[in-house]
Amino acid sequence: MNNAILSSGWSWFVIIGTFGSLLYFFLLLYLNRNISNPGKTTGHDYDGIEEYDNPLPAWWFWGFLISILFAIGYLIYYPGLGNFAGIGGWSQVGALEESQEAADARYGPLFAQYGAVPIDELVEDVTAMRMGRRLFATNCAVCHGAAGTGSEGFPNLGDALWHWGGSADQIKASIASGRNAMMPAWETPLQEAGVKEVTEYVMQLAGREADPALAAAGQAHYTLYCAACHGADGSGQPMLGAPSLNEEVWLYGNSKLRIEQSIRHGRNGRMPAFTERLGADKVHILSAYVMSLRQDDDEDGDEPEETEQ
Amino acid sequence: MNNFIERNIGLMIVLTILAVSFGGFVEIVPLMAQRTVTEPIDGLKPLTALQLEGRDIYIREGCTVCHSQMIRPLRAEVERYGHYSVAGELVYDHPFVFGSKRTGPDLARVGGLYSDDWHRTHLFDPRSVVPGSNMPAYAWLFERPINLEILPKKLAALQTLGVPYTDEDIANATIGLENSTEADAVIAYLQQLGTLITERR
Repeated sequence: MNNAILSSGWSWFVIIGTFGSLLYFFLLLYLNRNISNPGKTTGHDYDGIEEYDNPLPAWWFWGFLISILFAIGYLIYYPGLGNFAGIGGWSQVGALEESQEAADARYGPLFAQYGAVPIDELVEDVTAMRMGRRLFATNCAVCHGAAGTGSEGFPNLGDALWHWGGSADQIKASIASGRNAMMPAWETPLQEAGVKEVTEYVMQLAGREADPALAAAGQAHYTLYCAACHGADGSGQPMLGAPSLNEEVWLYGNSKLRIEQSIRHGRNGRMPAFTERLGADKVHILSAYVMSLRQDDDEDGDEPEETEQ
Repeated sequence: MNNFIERNIGLMIVLTILAVSFGGFVEIVPLMAQRTVTEPIDGLKPLTALQLEGRDIYIREGCTVCHSQMIRPLRAEVERYGHYSVAGELVYDHPFVFGSKRTGPDLARVGGLYSDDWHRTHLFDPRSVVPGSNMPAYAWLFERPINLEILPKKLAALQTLGVPYTDEDIANATIGLENSTEADAVIAYLQQLGTLITERR
């Protein structure tokens, strides 16, 4: 891209227009300075309202002149005249970058001091966790909820279930690079009957009530289509984000209808990546905060929560 | 002369318009010629047919009344929303949907920020994912199919304004959209917003 903002023709147009206007106003003021009849009226009469033809007040006259001088000084220092950048070197983006650098210098160390602390230690650091809570409220709560309890389609971070793995490294990777879950829609390969059969088999895998005949028929489909990701026993595969099917808690609902929907239409859960947005240090603190959410839960010994039907 | 003009109201109107237009001519016209305004940034493509339909629904439902699409180059905005908006991203926008009020957040870079699922949930019932939200629910978008009849005409209209749609784009505009709802269109539109510039600064 050409560095000049305007082509030189337009640039001169702006310069000439600006100085022309300044000159015009100066002359208008200067040449009219003596045209007045102090104490007399202009002769205009608007329904009995008349106006005096006094000279301009001195403060106003000089104020105007000083404004014109100020404008010239301003146009020399700041950008304003076409492609002339001004001798002060000010630019909108430059001002932004300056304020960003100042903020980095001031706030950067606050986050950087935690960047090198291992996550299991950071979890015990009250100040860091307070920072983490703020970061979580700003960036994560919109999907995972203010307390990290999630909702349908958005995982609960307080329980022991982790689709993509619950180790510190795995959680950090999830936050830093995001996750894309890709459960395909099985409606076409399985057909209507197949969807029902697999649903029954999955219910059986989860230890729930299921029609034995349909489930038996579903097992063949399951082995063919589902086992590759969810495992032959339905224990899931954290590398692929394929959830365990043996649990009570289901991300997309554990009712038969919801399971059937998941099989029929597929699910594409997506966690955005945050390194670019927040920087490595904040991601590190957030990872520790997410770990702390789970630890609280473990200490309380909570039962897994019921998902919405 | 002053007297003469003041007593000829028609002449005064003409001269007033001239004076005001001169100001516009000097101040506004050169801005339209700025390179940053006329040159698209690298990789800028016109909206797809579905996204364009979403843009029109976005306007129809008055999203611009509460959501701006203009990140100003100020630190607080860049930290919250991402890289400030640049004019080159918007050269194919007719009309602009900058908005001027932020009852809700700025959406200039909302593309990819949330998943499609999240948008679906949120449009259907905003309170289910953002408990304190005062955004209205837009449940009807999920029932209404998009209008495939006028969609190619919209692309053609934009083509006349200089948006680089090919005749093929227009002919194929509605392919694959037979089952699309208005919600799909809005989400497709939202998911591309501001995605060309990914760096934060």
